[in-house]
Amino acid sequence: MKGLTYIKNVNTLQLDSEKCNGCAVCSVVCPHAVFIMKEGKSFVQHKDLCMECGACVMNCPTQAVTVKSGVGCAAGVISGWIRGTEPVCDCGPGGCC
Amino acid sequence: MKQHYIIGQIETPAGIVGQVSTVWTNKDLFSTLKVRWSIGRMDYTVMPGLYAVGNPDKESDVYVSCNFKLSFDHLRRALHGMNGWILVLDTKGINVWCAAGKGTFGTKELAYRIKEHQLEKVVTHKRVIVPQLGATGVSAYKIKEETGCKVVYGPVKACDIPGFVANGYKTLPEMRKIDFTLLERTKLIPVELFYAKYYLIIVPAIFLILAGLHTKGFSVDLSWSNGGRAVINLCIAYLSGCVITPILLPLIPFKRFSLKGVVTGWLMAALLLYFNFLSTNIVEIIAWFLLIGGISSFMAMNFTGASTYTSLSGVQKEMKVFLPLQIGCVALGSMGWIFSRFI
Ligand code: SF4
Ligand code: SF4
Repeated sequence: MKGLTYIKNVNTLQLDSEKCNGCAVCSVVCPHAVFIMKEGKSFVQHKDLCMECGACVMNCPTQAVTVKSGVGCAAGVISGWIRGTEPVCDCGPGGCC
Repeated sequence: MKQHYIIGQIETPAGIVGQVSTVWTNKDLFSTLKVRWSIGRMDYTVMPGLYAVGNPDKESDVYVSCNFKLSFDHLRRALHGMNGWILVLDTKGINVWCAAGKGTFGTKELAYRIKEHQLEKVVTHKRVIVPQLGATGVSAYKIKEETGCKVVYGPVKACDIPGFVANGYKTLPEMRKIDFTLLERTKLIPVELFYAKYYLIIVPAIFLILAGLHTKGFSVDLSWSNGGRAVINLCIAYLSGCVITPILLPLIPFKRFSLKGVVTGWLMAALLLYFNFLSTNIVEIIAWFLLIGGISSFMAMNFTGASTYTSLSGVQKEMKVFLPLQIGCVALGSMGWIFSRFI
């Protein structure tokens, strides 16, 4: 594991290997190489690298992966608090989030 | 309205499609700079729809993009010398990653665009290439169910597309990762700089006015001498959080961004103190440490929004502890500073 890592043991990623059919989509879409495919099934190898983007959940055809996804963005969390909603990303079109 | 990047037209069974240039003009370069510095960002969009690159035919690949012009520009430039189609989704002028998080770069919009632009008439292969960062909003299996089209996830960066194609439409592991290099962090700084918007004027103004206060009333000289120093300190606190911390990010100890911000903030404060810039008065010195630490920490914490590896659960955990602390520090620091005016 190299590069930047964030707070440990906090993200909500879960994988139910019973449900996994081994299609490997999760490992293709994950931007942080969290999953590893072994013997036709997916396993979580680097849990702490997960940024809860939700790409794996969105694309897993068997709902084997779950994560409480959202934008890991302080400004978004604050706007969420103010509006009493989930964190929302309301920054401009460019760089950000 | 004809855009400067449309250089021709291609006829397809689904109608006429604009052909785009794969070379950036000065105009493109200029607008890229403008967008980085938040000038006129709002109207930086491309009309959603189908575009042609080179001379594509029924067999050519279809690349899905968003209608944020910068992303579109990078894609067309990456496709230089190739033949293909670009399907631009309406993401309200927002980049793929943000739009996917919001759901505008999503399953519904993609399915709608595939049908609306009659992709089945334009190409025979029933396959679209979606940038990997769009996967947060797009569900490949649902697109297949709804439109019959297969989603193939392409690389994170458009410039890896030729490599991806050469590799038989499979991304190599390094094409799938989002890293957060110095260059990428630096590019985000202009956006961060304008985070506080009009507070950037109001807060220094308040400090300038307050600086003039002393036990016998108000003095303009004091306002400039003390206030000027205060404004410089404040600016340094702000820059420490939104410029220095992002640049030095991996080098600063701690994982929490707010702590990283405190580290750089206090380092800067210590430097100011060393050069006799902070104050000679112990109350004011402590007040400045609180203020600079608090502001720098808050701004650094905000950079979680721009970073590419922070999870929502982590950010929430960090904020629950640090936001009250930051507010406390700034409040106490401000009070201490005002108090020090009168001793
Ligand atoms: S996407 Fe789901 S089913 Fe496919 S490998 Fe990953 S966990 Fe298994
Ligand atoms: S939520 Fe995102 S970062 Fe986390 S495992 Fe899934 S795809 Fe990877």
